[in-house]
Amino acid sequence: MTSHAIQMPDAKIETHIWVDTLHEWLTTIDHKRLGLLYIAYSLLFLLIAGVEAVVIRIQLMHSHNNFVSPQVFNRMFTMHGTTMIFFVVMPVLFGFGNYLIPLMIGARDMAFPRLNAFSFWLTALGGFLLYFSFLGGSGLYGAGNAPDIGWWAYAPLTARAFSPGHSSDYWTLALLVSGFGSIATAINIIATVLCTRCPGMELSRMPLLARLYLVMSGMVLIALTPLSAAQIMLLVDRYLGGHFFDAQAGGSAVLWMHFFWIFGHPEVYILIIPAFAFMSEIIPVFSRKPIFGYPIMVAATVAIAFVSMSVWAHHMFTVGMNSMANSFFTITSMVVGVPTGIKIFNWLGTMWGGRLQLKVPMLFAIGFLFQFLIAGLTGIMQATAPLDWQLSLSYFVVAHFHYVIVGGILFAIFAAFYYWFPKMTGRMLSERLGKWHFWLFVIGFHLTFDLMHIPGLLGMPRRIYTYEPGRGWDTLNLIITIGAFLQGIAILVFVANLFISYFKGEKSGNDPWDAWTLEWVVSSPPPVYNFASIPVVASRRPLWDEKHPEDPDSRYE
Amino acid sequence: MSAMTNPFPDAASAWELPSRGKVAMAGLIIAESAIFTIFVVAYLFYLGKSITGPTPREVLKTPVFYTICLLSSSLTIHFATKALEGSRPRSFLGFWLLTIALGGLFLYGTGQEWRRLVYHHGLTISTNLFGTTYYSLVGLHAFHVTAGLLMLLSVAMFSLAGRMGTRQYNRVEVLSMYWHFVDVVWVVVFTVVYVLGR
Repeated sequence: MTSHAIQMPDAKIETHIWVDTLHEWLTTIDHKRLGLLYIAYSLLFLLIAGVEAVVIRIQLMHSHNNFVSPQVFNRMFTMHGTTMIFFVVMPVLFGFGNYLIPLMIGARDMAFPRLNAFSFWLTALGGFLLYFSFLGGSGLYGAGNAPDIGWWAYAPLTARAFSPGHSSDYWTLALLVSGFGSIATAINIIATVLCTRCPGMELSRMPLLARLYLVMSGMVLIALTPLSAAQIMLLVDRYLGGHFFDAQAGGSAVLWMHFFWIFGHPEVYILIIPAFAFMSEIIPVFSRKPIFGYPIMVAATVAIAFVSMSVWAHHMFTVGMNSMANSFFTITSMVVGVPTGIKIFNWLGTMWGGRLQLKVPMLFAIGFLFQFLIAGLTGIMQATAPLDWQLSLSYFVVAHFHYVIVGGILFAIFAAFYYWFPKMTGRMLSERLGKWHFWLFVIGFHLTFDLMHIPGLLGMPRRIYTYEPGRGWDTLNLIITIGAFLQGIAILVFVANLFISYFKGEKSGNDPWDAWTLEWVVSSPPPVYNFASIPVVASRRPLWDEKHPEDPDSRYE
Repeated sequence: MSAMTNPFPDAASAWELPSRGKVAMAGLIIAESAIFTIFVVAYLFYLGKSITGPTPREVLKTPVFYTICLLSSSLTIHFATKALEGSRPRSFLGFWLLTIALGGLFLYGTGQEWRRLVYHHGLTISTNLFGTTYYSLVGLHAFHVTAGLLMLLSVAMFSLAGRMGTRQYNRVEVLSMYWHFVDVVWVVVFTVVYVLGR
């Protein structure tokens, strides 16, 4: 194994003009560049969807507000939800996976580099299709019109009668196209992990990140495809006059709900498993200990993947299912908490007795642990069918799933940014700006989403564009909006940090965190070919073995 | 960090991993199975729920001959890949063209059946729930047969140009995995639509 780049002879390298650089990036099939494209693309959409969130919060700041019309409000929450799930979190996770998996398992690229590029451009096309609806939603007849059907698009809202024009079609096509991209990426990740590992990298020696992405990709194959199938059915309904979800011809609106949530709930775990993967890499390094209970972590992940496939109808308790179904989905939803609890226990076990280094990645990781635990607890509250009848479709639910996605997944993604940015660019992110980002975001997050539970308990329904004064919701909503602004400022600090550190950050060297996995052995940023000679590993922590030849891990595993 | 002592001097030679083509095709088959499952569930869920006719019992005829065609094409593609492995290119080409012919015949059968349903029974995709679910499910399968036939045809052209040899065996085997999958899906669709559904 060597970290030295192949030395070029003293050839004169011509400076590239910008068109050449652009051409290189647009036609690249290098997994690292595609990873960065995914990440840049999702950051762009993070800013767009963030603005939409701020619009929603300004409108709800006080009762009888007229900041936006009800129609625009509907479009804002639809676009915010759809964008955040499909065009922010999914691409950023695939971006990190693309960048890190080949490096971590000692491969030169993904198993299918061209397919990889194809997937990225499908995803990109999906996002642009969705936002083109602002211009083309009403065709050539008049002002634009974005989808306003909510991110789960329940029938009959999507029927021609209730959704004229093309806005719902753009929504459907965007999800269909990006879904095919995600399925292709999942196949690519599976083939990469199973077929391109370096010698000695047995499955039981793989970094947990690669292992967890394998499980997540398997879930994508089984859980994302029902959404694609349902979107095809919706297109048949809208364009060919089919009756899948047309209640007047005997079709069923509830069937759409089932198909959507068979995708929708596993999707949450598809998003959170990579977050678990980041945690499982970052927490050990900043605790200076190997991960606690590696095999149990793998088993718990697989258990989550299995159980999460049979919990979907807990989104539908208020539809009126029979008591058997209610009991079944209550029990499975609670069972999925058990392996999740095991994971939190193992991360705490990793930190226990370690020499904690409270750098910014670790701060975000600790934030993740606390917030994800609370998110899980409110989740178990709502898994109880009778309590869900009270809470469903209220702001309590909104608070709960934002706790999962922002407090859990987004915190893990921020930790990953601070941890791997040095590898991707060769420069450290500023610790000072990072701490500003962290504290502003934590305070803003808790102001917004802790308090949001309360109007939900008081009966404030989700998706209303305004409310009557005198119900005790005004002050709470004002503070929630202030919290949203704090989070917005924190995101701007983060973006500023990315730009400033990219140009002026401290040089990082190959291995700034004294870590143990293979990506830290190559230069930062890594050369195109990753490894000059393919490494050979003998344990889960190959760099530990190399740094401590007197006491290698391979002796104990 | 120049040279890490290699703990397994022979590792590189002893290190064997599964073929990426087969793994990827297995992944695609799992994903496609999930899509077909959703369409099958929709078909079963809407059985007998159409408000107007025609019903499956009135208009569907079991396509026994064309089913036999498609299922036997699985056998011929198997013989073709074995012939390629044993480097018998003429035998490969023969079985390969036979596979294409059988697949094409099946597609012709589907077309005939749709023609009969549309022109004689007035059943289209927008007539009733049966029409919507039937044409979607059978059409999705026919789409996969068509995609498979296009890929088989491209291999046939390479074979006619004399470019197929044992070196291509692995790729042809991956393609035959897909074709077997299309056949297995037909067994499910046939059972659901023509046996259980009437």
